[in-house]
Amino acid sequence: MTGKLKAPNTNPIGSLFRHQIFIPLAALILLVLFNLIADPSFFQITYGHNSAGNPVLSGNLMTIIDCGSELAILAIGMTLVTAASGGQDISVGAAIAIAGSVLLRVLCGSESRPTELHAPIFVAFLVSCVVAMLFGAFNGILVAGFKIQPMVATLILFTAGRSIAAWVNNNELPIVSEESFTIFGGYIPGIPIPTPFFIALICFAVTWAVLKFTNLRLYIQSVGINEKTSRLNGLNPAVIKFSTYVLLGLCVAVAALIKVSRLSTINYSVIAKDIEMDAILAVALGGNSLSGGKFNMGASILGAYVIQFLTTTLYKFDVQSDALSAYKAIVVIALVIFSAPVVREKMAAAWKKLRAPKSIRHQA
Amino acid sequence: MAQTGSANRFGLRSRIRNMSDTNLLTSITIIVFLVMYLCAMIFLQKGFLKPQTLFNILNANASLIILSCGMSLVMITGGIDISVGGVTALVSMCCAVYLDYHGGHVVGAILIALGIGLLFGLIQGYLVAYLEIQPFIVTLAGMFFARGMTTIVNTNPFNVANEAFVKLKETRILIPFLGSYNKRGVYVDAYVEIGVVIALLIVAVMFVLLKWTKTGRSFYAVGGNRQSALMLGVNVRRTVFLSHLICGILAGIGGFVYFMHVGSGSASHASGAEMNAIASSIIGGTMLTGGVGNIIGTLFGVLSLALIQNIVSSVGLEEAWWTGITIAAMLCVFLIVQSLIMSHRKKSGMAESEQQSRGG
Repeated sequence: MTGKLKAPNTNPIGSLFRHQIFIPLAALILLVLFNLIADPSFFQITYGHNSAGNPVLSGNLMTIIDCGSELAILAIGMTLVTAASGGQDISVGAAIAIAGSVLLRVLCGSESRPTELHAPIFVAFLVSCVVAMLFGAFNGILVAGFKIQPMVATLILFTAGRSIAAWVNNNELPIVSEESFTIFGGYIPGIPIPTPFFIALICFAVTWAVLKFTNLRLYIQSVGINEKTSRLNGLNPAVIKFSTYVLLGLCVAVAALIKVSRLSTINYSVIAKDIEMDAILAVALGGNSLSGGKFNMGASILGAYVIQFLTTTLYKFDVQSDALSAYKAIVVIALVIFSAPVVREKMAAAWKKLRAPKSIRHQA
Repeated sequence: MAQTGSANRFGLRSRIRNMSDTNLLTSITIIVFLVMYLCAMIFLQKGFLKPQTLFNILNANASLIILSCGMSLVMITGGIDISVGGVTALVSMCCAVYLDYHGGHVVGAILIALGIGLLFGLIQGYLVAYLEIQPFIVTLAGMFFARGMTTIVNTNPFNVANEAFVKLKETRILIPFLGSYNKRGVYVDAYVEIGVVIALLIVAVMFVLLKWTKTGRSFYAVGGNRQSALMLGVNVRRTVFLSHLICGILAGIGGFVYFMHVGSGSASHASGAEMNAIASSIIGGTMLTGGVGNIIGTLFGVLSLALIQNIVSSVGLEEAWWTGITIAAMLCVFLIVQSLIMSHRKKSGMAESEQQSRGG
């Protein structure tokens, strides 16, 4: 991509085409246009009250910012991991199951339906954060310490994760009846916008601040681009890779809190199923190279919401939840073909040919 | 490699040092499998003394062996294919619908299976090799597509009642001399299903292909170092394309073998098969970085994986989670051992070459 920057181009549309955020933005615009033509009522937002009597806004757009939030939070961590280690963590779904299971274990103790919580929600969340970060550290040690390819290293936790989650709660499915626990996946009383969106916003703000005011972005990118040179420049690639996995663990714990709070319970084999694939797609859709190096956090986050937009659109057209993936796959393939460097070069060449007569005259 | 360590040519240490990476990792896997089986025979006795237990492991995992062969090939070339599980489910569903709802013939079903595999291999291979899209993303989309299509073809799982197919499904190949006496003292012949024969044939063909043909060696060359393979005159793109194509076809065959074993179509068939195939390939000594791997190792990788599941369930750890945890633990141990061996060899290799250059 850097090769293309050499060509001077003052055309604002041309530079937009080259900007990384173009891919998710184009996908979003396409989806919006498609929905506008097919059924404009897609964008309708209605004001009403839910069963608890809280004012809520409902509609497809609300569903998107609600359900896309966990994915967006995971996309933050996944982008960092991808950029630093040039590989992806495929264990996030399993890790969410573990973190959620630990959360419920602390809240409910050994009872399956406690009348009152055994610990404050905040403490339970902290414990699940620590556990999720420990599992992240496990992945990090395998990748950074033992130099195992990320996908293979995280395959271990992917295989064992849901089993460990079931083992933590002795295969029981505890149910939290406490009202205040449902806030994180539902609504804060009096505010009609779903809470997960606010949690996601907080995460974005923190990430933005960290990337803006620390050297983390520079370090991660340099390790991702060339490990040897960054070591020669005084960085420790192993520590940086390791820390991205721990950070992903933190994102996993936040996503797990939202996921578990939505249902007030957990289902070990179903919770966050296939979310690792969606998170990786979000990173790819954001135009980030999956083999590491430079990254654009905003594009990844936008990519996550675009995926949720697609999912919601498909549901709107009565696509079965199991058949959803076939349509998703077609969209993804179309996107990656469109954004593949080889195809882009060919398109650019074709574009040049079209304008060739003009430029020849110009040179003469 | 053969010239180094000439001082103690017949010692075990030097022999290990002289082994290629591929052979070393494969022999570790085979030894681990044999030791595990021996331990099971000594300490658990009951089932493991009967040869039929081994054949049952083969029967249940014939399709996984075929899928893993394809996976190993792609991994040796430096790629990955996570669509194989989805293709398996799609093949079994399509064949089931064709046989039962459309009154199809078994040969037609086999052609459908091969066709689906071929189609996936062609498209994925083209996208990966000629459009240079990351294999992970392409095959991820392939997996999504296959799983989704399975539900679109038919939602509800059902058993196939087609007579010709059921006959084929229940065909058993008896193995002489290895039978055993059941509780009533009646002699029961040991048997394998047709799928096992197909799987072993494919293992043999793939072994020959990788070991003794020019094409086979080019897979290793491309996986080891794409740049130098290109300089040596290997057609890198065609080789990558070929690896995905073969993997796709094997996924089709594996899907049909799976279908023959279970005899039903369902969208949830072979869920996680791609991860099992990757795990068996890794346990069998194939490295995801490419250039290292062996089909025989893959065969034993599948068998080790299946054996440990059998051992865990017969020890009495009935709870479902133990299977996941033991497989993961095994994978973890293998990965760490591989990583340590590789870094150790790299270090000693560097020291040796340094010594040589100083000596010369």
